[in-house]
Amino acid sequence: MSERFDRQIKYESDLDLNFAHQIASFPGGERIFDCIQCGTCSGTCPLSVYMEYTPRRIIAMTRAGFKDEVVRSNTIWLCSSCYSCTVECPKEIKLTDIMYAIKRQAIRENIWPKEFKMSPMMTGEFFKLVEKNGRNSEGWLMMNLYMKSMAVGDALKIAGIGMKMFAKKRMSLKTEKIADPAELRKILDAAGSEMELIKEGAKEVVHG
Amino acid sequence: MKYLYYPGCSLKVTGKPYEDSLLAVFNALEEEIEEVNDWNCCGATAYSAVDQMKAFALAARNLALAEEQGGEKAELVAPCAACYLVLNKTCHSIQDYPARVGLQVKRALKAGNLTYKGTVNIRHPLDVFANDIGLEVIEKRVKNKLAGLKVACYYGCQIVRPYAEFDDQHQPMTMDNIIKALGAEPVNWSLKTRCCGGSLSATVSDDALSLSRILIKEAKRRGADIITTACSLCQFNLECFQEKLKQKGDQPGETEIPVAYFTQIMGKALGIDEAKLGFKQSFMPLETLF
Amino acid sequence: MTATETPRIGVYVCHCGINIASRVNVKEVVEFARGLPHVVVASEYKYLCSDPGQELIRADMKEHNLNRIVVASCSPLMHESTFRRVTAEGGQNEFLFQMANIREHVSWVTEDEGEATSKSKALVAGAVRRVAFHEPLTREKVPVNPNVLVVGGGIAGIQAALTMADAGKKVYLVEREPTIGGHMAKFDKTFPTLDCSACILTPKMSMVKSHPNIEMMTLSEVAEVHGYVGNFKVKVKKNPRYIKEDLCVGCLECIESCVYKEAKFPDEYNLGLGKRKPVYIPFPQATPQVVLVDPETCLYLKKGKCKQTCLEACDRKAIDFEQKEEISELDVGAIILATGFKAFDPTNRLPQYGYGFYPEVYTSLEIERLLNSAGPTSGELTTKSGQVPQTVGIVHCVGSRDKKTNVWCSRVCCMYSLKLAHLIEERTGAHVYNFYIDMRTPGKGYEEFYERLLQEGMRPVRGRVAAITDWAMTPEEEGKLVIRVEDTMIGVVRRIPVDMAVLSVGLEPQPDAKEVRRRFNISCSPEGWFLERHPKLAPVSTFTDGVFLAGACQGPKDIPDSVAQAGAAAAEALALIDRGYVEMEPNTAWIEEELCSGCKSCSGQCPYNAIGFDDEKARAMINEALCKGCGTCVATCPSGAARQKLFLDKQIYEEIRGVLSYV
Ligand SMILES: Cc1cc2nc3c(=O)[nH]c(=O)nc-3n(C[C@H](O)[C@H](O)[C@H](O)COP(=O)(O)OP(=O)(O)OC[C@H]3O[C@@H](n4cnc5c(N)ncnc54)[C@H](O)[C@@H]3O)c2cc1C
Ligand code: SF4
Ligand code: SF4
Repeated sequence: MSERFDRQIKYESDLDLNFAHQIASFPGGERIFDCIQCGTCSGTCPLSVYMEYTPRRIIAMTRAGFKDEVVRSNTIWLCSSCYSCTVECPKEIKLTDIMYAIKRQAIRENIWPKEFKMSPMMTGEFFKLVEKNGRNSEGWLMMNLYMKSMAVGDALKIAGIGMKMFAKKRMSLKTEKIADPAELRKILDAAGSEMELIKEGAKEVVHG
Repeated sequence: MKYLYYPGCSLKVTGKPYEDSLLAVFNALEEEIEEVNDWNCCGATAYSAVDQMKAFALAARNLALAEEQGGEKAELVAPCAACYLVLNKTCHSIQDYPARVGLQVKRALKAGNLTYKGTVNIRHPLDVFANDIGLEVIEKRVKNKLAGLKVACYYGCQIVRPYAEFDDQHQPMTMDNIIKALGAEPVNWSLKTRCCGGSLSATVSDDALSLSRILIKEAKRRGADIITTACSLCQFNLECFQEKLKQKGDQPGETEIPVAYFTQIMGKALGIDEAKLGFKQSFMPLETLF
Repeated sequence: MTATETPRIGVYVCHCGINIASRVNVKEVVEFARGLPHVVVASEYKYLCSDPGQELIRADMKEHNLNRIVVASCSPLMHESTFRRVTAEGGQNEFLFQMANIREHVSWVTEDEGEATSKSKALVAGAVRRVAFHEPLTREKVPVNPNVLVVGGGIAGIQAALTMADAGKKVYLVEREPTIGGHMAKFDKTFPTLDCSACILTPKMSMVKSHPNIEMMTLSEVAEVHGYVGNFKVKVKKNPRYIKEDLCVGCLECIESCVYKEAKFPDEYNLGLGKRKPVYIPFPQATPQVVLVDPETCLYLKKGKCKQTCLEACDRKAIDFEQKEEISELDVGAIILATGFKAFDPTNRLPQYGYGFYPEVYTSLEIERLLNSAGPTSGELTTKSGQVPQTVGIVHCVGSRDKKTNVWCSRVCCMYSLKLAHLIEERTGAHVYNFYIDMRTPGKGYEEFYERLLQEGMRPVRGRVAAITDWAMTPEEEGKLVIRVEDTMIGVVRRIPVDMAVLSVGLEPQPDAKEVRRRFNISCSPEGWFLERHPKLAPVSTFTDGVFLAGACQGPKDIPDSVAQAGAAAAEALALIDRGYVEMEPNTAWIEEELCSGCKSCSGQCPYNAIGFDDEKARAMINEALCKGCGTCVATCPSGAARQKLFLDKQIYEEIRGVLSYV
């Protein structure tokens, strides 16, 4: 039977009811269940005007198990980490940390809206540079990004500013490096990954 | 007291004028400041979007190095807003999540033969100038009173949120008070901590643009001649996109305003040579203001 | 039975439904108890406090000739009196009873069943060994003073005072402000019926004033409280009014003639929205309807220099600049506290709402005054620049449901916000928005009132306001306050320009609640609300006998609930008084004269000043009527001469031995 309209209904079987618990077990995620859906976060968020789902809805959807929608939403990429929501939330929910946690989940799953391909790419490039040299080299970060991105238009749009930055000596292609990046990599390896940690953390008494 | 200085990646490149003017001002105020040896990236925003644990480890290495170099109770000055936030966040997380973060960070540092006892005090230069050195001292050292200059002090997000205790999260006043001590006039506006678009300017620049536009328009509406910032990303977003705003149809002058680091303005008032303050590196001439 | 008879002990272990039985293996505890010395019977029951449970004990006492009872159940605070009564009904002295708390001290706080069961056994063993050494005691009966003290003259205090006065009791009503009436007197109308506040309150206020059984004391505060239930001694401090209350008739000639021609001082009663002179009356219906002089602004009182034109103007010679603070002593049998609440002050506490920064941001209480026909604008609502507002935004939950300020729901704000929306719309024709998190209207006729407002066109937006600012994004926003909020029903952020913003401030405990609590020796919840003895079953009693609570001092409440509670508090006080006597707890201390060395170590330590000294004998002596049985002297006395009934050394040691022998 073919229906004329898409069915908007959500079946419980489509949801991931464990998702909220997973987010809650990252440091900073612990208060997600306290949310009263007041919308202070969205109201204070300077980017909510562009978001597919406002920060409040992200919390509601995460709690209800709408994992796919949340991880695919543009909200997490539009979040500028300004911490307005975190300081205004009357229930002291650390929303910015939750946005990060969801964003990392999206990166692990290689999912992002196409207008945002620059974001994970930048994050990835940044990560690589830092892992390699211990420091970011802003000039190289920009170069790599624009070489990689197919968005020639974008590149050209910003190229003007970029050139001017070079001219004003506020951009350079000098590689910034620490003395022994290999030593740093040892530390990073030993730090492990956060996914292992949320298992250990489940038992932790949360302070603050 | 000797301060330790954590520049972070930006202050060496895009934020070079911030570094130059900051160090010049410390010098002029006869305060000692010394760069942390072999510091690494703080783990900033983008990094913690990949793996939070590695981000904490990165930041913790800097803290461990600072503790080693500065001894217990080292005062670590972090001028970049993002670095200031990330270093603070790491300290808080080590304390708040002893098992998940504290232990793990310890283990990671050990792999690099480092330890961190947790004694470093992370300071923003605004805090140091206003609360350690003091407004009276600054006022006394002023050589060129900036009388008549109307300044919109812009703090951005991450200095006062969510950790800083030295100022109010909604209506911070530290920078305003410093500006006042220089003889200039801070304008009263309510967007001091509203986001400028942050790193979105690199990814979805059009949308980020409207955020800085709001700030510039409001600063001008309140009669400001200049916006001062305390973060290289804010400075970049507010200054470098003004041309683009014009291309998008803003009237000439509607969204044009010089944007300087507050330390550049301090330097000017303290009588430091403009060449040492990076005035030439601005898109919009700063010299003509004075 | 006499104390020398061999103990025959019955032990009863309660399941308390599953409260105890789900953690403690009750059977095992009963089995264990059977093996303890002198235990004749041991049994269990699902609810020992119920009628059949009580009967079980009484029947056993007859059948097995029991002379001592141990109940292992909940806290003695809950049911000690119940089981003492049962013991008495079973034919023994009520003090031949001991309780072991295996609920609060065991099942509720222990995870492991094995641990819970062993701890229960240890406590039962202690109780059994202790009770074997109990002795019969008798309670003293002390007559109750029939006078009552009511502290706080808001609607709750007024209602309680009138009820008791009508029942023929002498009531002292102590109010610290110059007039009674509390918050209610400040409102123009009251929800949900919109009766005029003055019309329903002022008659009650004047009844208080004229009632032959009520002595109203304004500008007064309780300074000290001594004594105990039925016999409190209270010191009341009265601040000078500089007016002889009995002479002043409220003609207000003095105000007219004051050397200050213009009223120029911010008027406290109107929250600074109006101006007053140094001599003034808070509002026309103030009760008592007499003026007062403010020593801070009166030229004569402050500087000693003034023509004192007021003195000449008053032909009743009621002005008295020589008045001093006065202390009076009252003897009362019961006390009702009705000290109310404080409205949340958003200054600096919620800077995102710009209160104190933008002139057109008001608190709800200020709007109440501005809408009040007896208020500073005679009920006309305009902006500070004199404009009639066209749009007004009412922001709910300011200082409520927020971890940074107060976590509780203040319970009345949704309803009064709807009331204000109605009144503002009625007076000004403005469009009124209500920004709320959840619209809470539980109460008779309350939901109907909400519906009425919706029909009247009130604009509801479900969302907690994020910020109020004055920066404009669109031409319509120029010169307005902009309310930024997520309309959570729709899921979008809105910016709504308004001419006035009203902050619906929550209810907080009075700032001095902690001191008042200490003065009256009652408890506070951590937030500072006075604590009732039981939230459901003893909502107006406190843990101090003879001290009762009424109104918002116990927690946020509206007028109907405050009045109902005031009635309940009055009834409790009347029950106490009309019984005529109170029975004292017999667990008082005494001094064994032969042992006392006269060192006086104890007398300074007693918190109730119950220890005197017999100079002739050079021995300490305890006034039993004042002793509260706290045991401080017993612990202090170096010679072991201070002893306490029900806490004799042998009783305590036996209990400890019992516990330890099991462990
Ligand atoms: C803006 C606003 C609007 C409201 N509108 C309504 C409405 O329309 N309908 C409704 O049902 N409810 C309304 N309420 C709730 C109402 O105010 C309370 O229910 C009511 O005032 C509680 O009465 P009360 O006597 O317990 O306390 P209060 O009214 O606070 O009175 C307490 C009295 O005790 C005095 N006092 C305090 N401490 C001492 C002391 N130590 N010694 C001596 N005296 C002391 C005070 O001066 C005061 O006179 C509103 C509340 C607010 C904030
Ligand atoms: S502000 Fe906090 S409580 Fe309110 S909707 Fe956002 S996360 Fe939930
Ligand atoms: S931290 Fe992110 S979600 Fe929160 S207010 Fe800022 S941009 Fe919005």
